[in-house]
Order: sequence, then structure tokens, then C-alpha cells
Amino acid sequence: MVGAPYGGLRGSLSAYRMIAAMWIRSTMAYRTSFAITAFVNFAVTAFDFLAILLMFAQVDRLGGYSLGEIALLYGCTSTSFGLADLAIGSMDRLGRRVRDGTLDALLVRPAPVLAQVAADRFALRRLGRVTQGVLVLAYAFAVLDISWTPAKALLIPVMLLSGAAIFGAVFVGGAAFQFVAQDASEVQNAFTYGGNTLLQYPPTVFAKDIVRSVTFVLPLAFVNWLPALYVLDRPYPLDLPHWTAFLPPLVAAGCCALAGAAWRVGLRSYRSTGS
Amino acid sequence: MSQPAVDSDSQDFIELDRVEKVFDVRKKTGFLRSERHEVRAVDSISFTVPRGEMVGYIGPNGAGKSTTIKMLTGILTPSGGRLRVAGIDPSRERIRLAHRIGVVFGQRTTLWWDLPLIDSYRLMHRMYRIPNARYAENLDRCVELLDLAELLDRPVRQLSLGQRMRGDIAAALLHDPEVLYLDEPTIGLDVISKAKVREFLRDLNAERGTTVLLTTHDLQDIEQLCRRVMVIDHGRLMYDGPLSGLHEVGESERMLVVDLERELPPLTVESARVVKVEGPRQWLAFPAAQSAAPLVARIAQAYPLVDLSVREPDIEAVIAKMYADRATA
Repeated sequence: MVGAPYGGLRGSLSAYRMIAAMWIRSTMAYRTSFAITAFVNFAVTAFDFLAILLMFAQVDRLGGYSLGEIALLYGCTSTSFGLADLAIGSMDRLGRRVRDGTLDALLVRPAPVLAQVAADRFALRRLGRVTQGVLVLAYAFAVLDISWTPAKALLIPVMLLSGAAIFGAVFVGGAAFQFVAQDASEVQNAFTYGGNTLLQYPPTVFAKDIVRSVTFVLPLAFVNWLPALYVLDRPYPLDLPHWTAFLPPLVAAGCCALAGAAWRVGLRSYRSTGS
Repeated sequence: MSQPAVDSDSQDFIELDRVEKVFDVRKKTGFLRSERHEVRAVDSISFTVPRGEMVGYIGPNGAGKSTTIKMLTGILTPSGGRLRVAGIDPSRERIRLAHRIGVVFGQRTTLWWDLPLIDSYRLMHRMYRIPNARYAENLDRCVELLDLAELLDRPVRQLSLGQRMRGDIAAALLHDPEVLYLDEPTIGLDVISKAKVREFLRDLNAERGTTVLLTTHDLQDIEQLCRRVMVIDHGRLMYDGPLSGLHEVGESERMLVVDLERELPPLTVESARVVKVEGPRQWLAFPAAQSAAPLVARIAQAYPLVDLSVREPDIEAVIAKMYADRATA
């Protein structure tokens, strides 16, 4: 019989790698264009931080936070979001694929559709966003006087990876929604790009209801707020207990499981309605 | 999974038993308000295709052709009935099935636009996990028969439509599929490209025994490739049989063109009538179901015959007539 089915996690990763590599080679066909777009990606995302710097030219504190502290929040969410965006940022194109029928071509390939869609239009230029996030994070560590403990040091990489996974789950969940509503990519962007912008500022500048909804409904607060406030020894929003700072990996796992389930439901509905 | 050996050895490689596909279509009737109604895209279709057969699947737009193909390839889940390809239930074991089928979507390429053609093939090689020797052999064969040697290093975006179609067909065959589905394989191609594609498909079917199911609007595809044709309309199978039988059903006529030694008044021959005279050449229409041989013999006996040819009727007309008959029946 022909080779064993190419499913499961191994099949997914392998398909993802192959397709992403094809896209990298495609973009490298136009090197200059790649260099320019990568720089633009870096510059445009850096404008966000520039805006914060401009505010601090007028004030010393924002919502009770210093520039260094906000740089930490900003750097964490930008890096996490940048990683998720780099890995599967083109998933918001799923609706278009459904509309023009090109999704069908992926369904006749011996690889999981999610992996194929996730790798679709893989764009290295998105490293620009990750780069500026990492730079701002480095700046924060340089200017802040953090009293480091092993727990805090461990929490930083855990926070960045869990945050990336939470954003990734939002990308997948949003894409799953596009099986039903094909023009919902803007809704998805509101949660991904919008969420990232929100998290660049401390929770104290937002109304309680917003903080509540990004903690309990769409748990973006676990991307950076709760763990970063622990690192900064800052009081928690909504009087949450301190151990919540260590929840991000669990929250991320839960989000990924939910997003995976939503994806399966969405794909099943596509395969039964075909629209 | 349980008994693949039995299933794949069975004569009927593709089996459909009362397969249905019902879509819930929502029509907007106002802001936030919509009406739902059912559309039976495929309405209880049954047929079987044995291994190695080449079948034309035709019908007007929206008849249910694509929906059938999508169910056969595992893209869509049937709403009812039983469907098997190589003993596999396509919608349940999509990935296992994918290794055994090849699909060519005529109107959109699955090749990588900005990369040289060969790169797309290398991806297929890895994604389908084709053993190296097999891959090399199949690629060589496709390159030779589809005339791809010059194109392999060119980015796909630089290829003409015909070249791209040949490239797509090769991409669908590198993993040795047992069945090849072609959706409008000759659409938009020039005469030479069409001929090349058809010749290749004929060879593939004859030499490798690949089962081929093709949908097309080009009836020459069917005439030149398929002995069996299925006609579908409104989700129902209207006809399933040899191409010649389609003419009988449609009561169509074939055309005998005769060249005589000199100009003559219209010939009078039994069971044929002259429809056109042009100098020494005359056109005679006769029932498609009838053999041309006795007719030719009769003409040769009574008239100074120089040359002759038989023209097959236009199937499009036949099908149109068939639909008209059903509608009034």
C-alpha cells in the first residue's frame, strides 16, 4: 500500500515546514522587495513604541507606570504577538480561500488542512515585528531595576511562549470563524492586532470592564499583564491573587484546545456545506 | 481500514450508491432576515466505475458535476448514500485517500506561482513521500510525454495556459495515483495543447491502467477519450453508457460527406437525405444509430464516388435535445 497517512502532529509539523520553506523561497525570488518589506514591517511596528515615547515626553507616568515598566509590557506582548504572527499570521486569509475555492486544493493533499493553511504565505518579513519587540524588551531590562528571583527569571521565557500560543489560538479560532463568515477577517484582526495594542499599556489605564473581559472572556491578560506585573512587583488588576501570574501555560493550553476544537467544527461545517 | 485488500481488488473501483448532497441555501430577504431552502445538488446518484476505465462526466453548469467530484475526492461529505473509492470512504479517510488519487482543477493551478516548475514537483515528492526511484521515473516520463523539459526551470507565472495545464497534470501524477480526476482539463487551451493533453491521457490510461474521470464542456474531449459517458442534470444521472448510445437516446444524425466525380443533382439513397450540395460534394444525413457501411456501399454502386468521410454529430446538440425531451416528458 502507499505510504501511511500523513496526519497527526508529526505530519502537521512536517507539512508546515515544507510549505513554509516554499514560501520563503518564493519571497527570495524578489530579494530587494523582501528587504524593503522586512524593514517596513520593523519600522511600522516600531511606530507604536515611538508613540509611547512621545507621551512620555509630556508625562512621567502613564496609569502609574514608568517608561521602563511600560517598555516591559510592550516588549513582552510585541514579541509574543510577533512570534504568533510570524508562525501563522496569514490564517486570516482563510475566508478568501473559502470564497475563491482554493481551499479545495488543500483538501486533496495528504496533509492536515490546518498545517497547510497555517503555513500559507509564510512571511519572514514578519521577523521585523519580533525584532522590535525584542529590542524594546532589552531596553526595559536595561533601565528597570528588577529584583530578580529564579521564579521571575523563569517566568520571562514562559510568558513569551505562552503569550505566542494564546495569540496563535486567537488566530486559529478567528480562522475557524471564517468558515462560517468568510469576510470576518477584520473581526479577527480586531482581536489579534487590537489585543496586542491593548496589552502594550498597563491595565490601570483601562476601564474595569475591559480588563475583566480580557481576563475572563478572551484571556489576553495572561499574555503579559499578570506575569509581567509579578516581575515588576506591581499590584494586580481586579485584586487577582498572585499565583495567577503562573497560569499562562495552562491558559495557553486551554486556548489552543478550544481553538483546535473550533477549527475542527469549522472544517466539518465547510465540508458539509462547501461554501 | 478493516478490509482494504478485498475492497481494492474488487472490480468496482469507484462506487456510488444513492449518493446525495443537499445544501441549505440561505437567501437574504432583508436586513438580518433570510429564507432557507434546500438545494439537492446531487440527488440519489448511483454508478460504479471499474478499474482502468476512462469516463466522461458531463452536464450543464450547476448540474452537480463538481459536487460529485468533491465528494469523490473527500472534499465534501455526502448527505446520504454510500460512496467508496478504492474501498475507502473519502470523507472519513481523506488523507489516506489523497495518496491514491490525483486531482487537476482546470481553472486554477496548484503550482507555485513564483517558483520554477521543478520546485512544485519537489514539494509533491516530499509531501506524498514518493520513493526517490519512483519519483525520478514518473517525473522523467511526464517530462518526456508532456514536453516539459524546457519548462522545468521556469517560474510558473511565465508559463502559458497550456504549458501550465501540462505542468498541473504532471504534478497530479507523480505519486502514481490509481485514479485521476480532471475538472475541465482542456479549458482555454489552443488546439495543439488540447491534442497533447488528450494524447497523454490516452496513453496514461492504456499503459498504466489509471482510472480517469473527467468533466468537460469540450465534447471533443469525450469523443476522443471516453467510451463511456455519464450525463448529469439537476443532480440526477440522466444517461450512463457508451457515447454511441447517447446518440440513440438523442435520436441524432451523423453526416456522410461524399465527393463525386462531377456535379450531380442531389442523390437519392434509402435511409439518408441530402442536406447540402456544393459542386461535386454532397452532405447526407443518416441516423446515428445506423452503420455507415451499407449506405456507402449503396452510393458506391449507383454513383461515381471519389472520396468520402463520416462526421460525428455534435453531442452538445444531442444533450440539449435530451434535456428538452425530459422536460416535456
